[in-house]
Amino acid sequence: MSFSLILSQLLNGLQFGVLLFLLAAGLTLVFGIMSFVNLAHGSLYMLGAYFAATAYNHTESFTVAVVAALAGCIVVGMALERLAVSRLYGRDHLDHVLATFGMMMFFNEAARMLWGPQPYFLPVPDMLSGTVDLLGISYPAYRFAIIVVGLLVAIGAHLLMHKTRLGMLIRAGSINPQMVGALGVNIKLLNAILFGLGAALAGLAGVMAGPILSVQVGMGEPVLITTLVVIVIGGIGSVSGALYAALIVGIVDTMGRAFLPMLLRDVMSREAATAAGPALASMLIYILMAVVLALRPQGLFPARRA
Amino acid sequence: MQKQSSFGLAKAVPAFLLLLLAVVPFAASYFEQPFYLAFFGRIIIYAIAATALNLALGYGGLVSLGHALFMGLGAYSVAIASFHEIDSGLAHLAITVAVCALVGLVTGAISLRTSGIAFIMITLAFGQMGYFVFVSLKQYGGDDGITISATSKLLGLDLGNTMTVYVVAFAVLLALLLWMARLRVSPFGMVLRGARENARRINAIGLPSKRYQLLAYVMSSVLCGISGILLANLNAFASPSNMAWMVSGDLIVMVVLGGIGSVFGPLLGVLAFLGLEEVIKGYTEHWMAIFGPLIVLVALLGKAGIVGVLEKFDDWRASRAVRIAPVAAQKQESAA
Amino acid sequence: MQFSKFIPALAATALMGIASIASAQVKVGLTGAMSGPVALLGQDQYDAFMLAVEERGGKLGGQAVTVIKEDDQLKPELGNQIVRKLIDKDRVQAIVGLGFSNVVMASVKPIVESGTVAIATNSGASPLAGANCAANIFSTAWPNDGAPEAMGKYMQDKGIKNVYLMAPNYQAGKDMLAGFKRFYKGNVIDEVYTQVGQADYSAEIAQLQAASPEAVFAFYPGGMGVNFVKQLSQAGLLPKLPVYSVFMVDGTTMPALRDAAVGSITGMMWDASLNTPENNKFVKAFEAKYKRVPSEYAAAAYDAAQVLDVAFKKVGAKVDDKKALAAAVKAAGAEIKSVRGPFRFNNNNMPVQNYYVFNVVKEGNQVVTKQLGVALANHGDSYSAKCPLK
Repeated sequence: MSFSLILSQLLNGLQFGVLLFLLAAGLTLVFGIMSFVNLAHGSLYMLGAYFAATAYNHTESFTVAVVAALAGCIVVGMALERLAVSRLYGRDHLDHVLATFGMMMFFNEAARMLWGPQPYFLPVPDMLSGTVDLLGISYPAYRFAIIVVGLLVAIGAHLLMHKTRLGMLIRAGSINPQMVGALGVNIKLLNAILFGLGAALAGLAGVMAGPILSVQVGMGEPVLITTLVVIVIGGIGSVSGALYAALIVGIVDTMGRAFLPMLLRDVMSREAATAAGPALASMLIYILMAVVLALRPQGLFPARRA
Repeated sequence: MQKQSSFGLAKAVPAFLLLLLAVVPFAASYFEQPFYLAFFGRIIIYAIAATALNLALGYGGLVSLGHALFMGLGAYSVAIASFHEIDSGLAHLAITVAVCALVGLVTGAISLRTSGIAFIMITLAFGQMGYFVFVSLKQYGGDDGITISATSKLLGLDLGNTMTVYVVAFAVLLALLLWMARLRVSPFGMVLRGARENARRINAIGLPSKRYQLLAYVMSSVLCGISGILLANLNAFASPSNMAWMVSGDLIVMVVLGGIGSVFGPLLGVLAFLGLEEVIKGYTEHWMAIFGPLIVLVALLGKAGIVGVLEKFDDWRASRAVRIAPVAAQKQESAA
Repeated sequence: MQFSKFIPALAATALMGIASIASAQVKVGLTGAMSGPVALLGQDQYDAFMLAVEERGGKLGGQAVTVIKEDDQLKPELGNQIVRKLIDKDRVQAIVGLGFSNVVMASVKPIVESGTVAIATNSGASPLAGANCAANIFSTAWPNDGAPEAMGKYMQDKGIKNVYLMAPNYQAGKDMLAGFKRFYKGNVIDEVYTQVGQADYSAEIAQLQAASPEAVFAFYPGGMGVNFVKQLSQAGLLPKLPVYSVFMVDGTTMPALRDAAVGSITGMMWDASLNTPENNKFVKAFEAKYKRVPSEYAAAAYDAAQVLDVAFKKVGAKVDDKKALAAAVKAAGAEIKSVRGPFRFNNNNMPVQNYYVFNVVKEGNQVVTKQLGVALANHGDSYSAKCPLK
């Protein structure tokens, strides 16, 4: 187990974590402020990737693809909010689960009808297709770019939340939405913008994941579950919590998958290790979540409430 | 507002459907359509699982996103026992009850230390852990699953036979529905439902709400496990996908769709979900694009599921009768 | 919401039993994964099968045929249900496709119990080649071990000293690597199994890099293969590390891989570039109709159609006699002009065929495959002796 291997796995974990953060940020805000469980968030991620793939196929430009993904997801997100989500505020969480489950089914099938069942191809932009050499390893430049973009978004989110009026309204809304409405702020518009923002972030995650993974129907589901784990660990409603938890989950998952089988081989027979290793590695983030919930049910970095 | 008792739709529709399900075996053999026997058999088995979930979810207010784990444990009890050439149905049942009770007790006790969204996520975590454990069991097929050659032999019946497993499942479903109806208004059921509404008050009266909830959770897991035994016999196959989180999600959707907390809700929900799926599939391969929005619509209308719709209809008819009756009485008075 | 009306209607309709009178028409069920990461494989099989049927005027063996297409979504439980539906409800005379090995294994019981002829065009799982073989289950694709055995021999002959093995963790993945190790006698540095449908291989690729093997041998079909090769390329491994594979660089993945595939060496029983008259005709017709290059899955399905064509003609009107049909299918194997060259069914109903080795090169603007040679000729499989069938 060399230092360079550990470093490259650490970077992999960071990259995965950053992608999770983009998804978790929107989901946790919507959950925390509007108390709305959105299982269709994974579908927004998928749609972002598809919009980007289509835009790329027509223009061969990655920038246009990113813009298309963001714009498309904002539109879909806000439309979804106005048409269905806003009618479900204040209702039981189970009604949310039911509705967004139905939306998830619809989006999967709609994507299949519009784009076909086979995976789509989104290439890495040319200037990022090489590798970056640092500290003795060569790491794919594109994945490095994802880490950079993700951290920039995190900084941007922090600035938005703490230095702008919109951010102030969002934070106030997370503590006491009725009061904010009573103060004359257009809470409906705020909610729609918030939902759209979350959708845009999901779309951005989709567009960035596109070149690494293939764009296909149902790509949102596996990542949705991990995102839910992230927001629970981080604390619902807290964007900074989502960031730290996402990085933790990303690193734990990647390092676990990479090193646990190896470590197990040192303590048990090869047969048992090859069987137990991957299983334990996959369970790792769930065990982590269960431990966090048992010890600190409100999450590791909960949003401060009045 | 008075509820029209036995002639209301809320009672008539489930009764009618149960009658139809009872007729299916005869119709299927008369028309030589064994496919429908297996199809409705699956529906009955999922109805058992959904009703079991309803005990925890509807009565107890415990949103478990990991209940498919117990279905899977039941299925694997049969599969692994069959792998080791044990085909006694009694043995399969004993293993399932023991395993599900134990796992239910442990996971329930841990999960009940939390509430709300944390509870949902912890149950999900346990479901996923079970899934990955079975994926790693290479000896028992792992991700590919195992075919079951020695199906359960119970009281001289072989549950591997589709007709047999259908009849047994139907009997189990009827018994379960009866039990759930009685439980709902029994002291235990009242405490449970009270705990769902306001646990603090129940505790204040001196009843340990958490213990009641744990008991409900464990009973729910064992019953779910039994549905797993039946499913394994029907398919002659068990795989980790039996306990995937999507199955848990489907079960919750079926219960909520049908009417959470009601006796017949889960049955109606399963029939609607699986039945509609099959009907729409017959018309277009893009059935999910129609089914999805339908589910959204049901959620938006928010009338407590199908049972809620039926009850609303009954209430509407009752209120109409109340309005018409005084007018008729007046006419009688004036005629006299 | 009038769900309450749907349910009685549905139950009534079902119970009335739209009793399918045994029609004179022949019905064939075609199943496979038509959605998800490996959707293109299922689509290729369906398209090739339909091409063959259309070339014969909508008939197989002179009898009009209806093809019922079903999607198993790569889920074993779903595959089991679909097979039961095709056998019990639709009363098909034959099932073609059957999907991935794990889905096939889940459907074995209903197929064997009913005796319906089933031809796998996507796999050849080792349990079905050995002791659990059945007289009515065939494969016109390959025994799972076949292509990797050929690659193992090729790499052994080439003198490659050590190899790093990777495959997804299911029946076919295990079969492939087992087959490889049967013929490759060098040093296996590590044998890594990943999750089926896994999209991100960065962790495994980092391990691979650290191990610095002389070559890597991998099996990743469909979308998994696209992701894996793309990520290998992004990690800078691709021109440097020799990549040998089976079912990873083929008609289904090359359009998405483009340049990333160049340099890899792959072993298969067929490739679009195979220069035989039957194959040239097939590839040209497929490309003309579907505007893409066929894959080995398409070739397998096309040959399955040819086999059924001969078999249905043999049994004539007695198309519902399952035993006779199975026997006719077995005999038909040797009689068809397969697009892959020499072909017949072994005693265990698995193919006996050649395995070729191909190199992916860039010619001008196009990425194409060039045949390097025949690694194994008229090769059966190592399980046939365990099968009691003749």
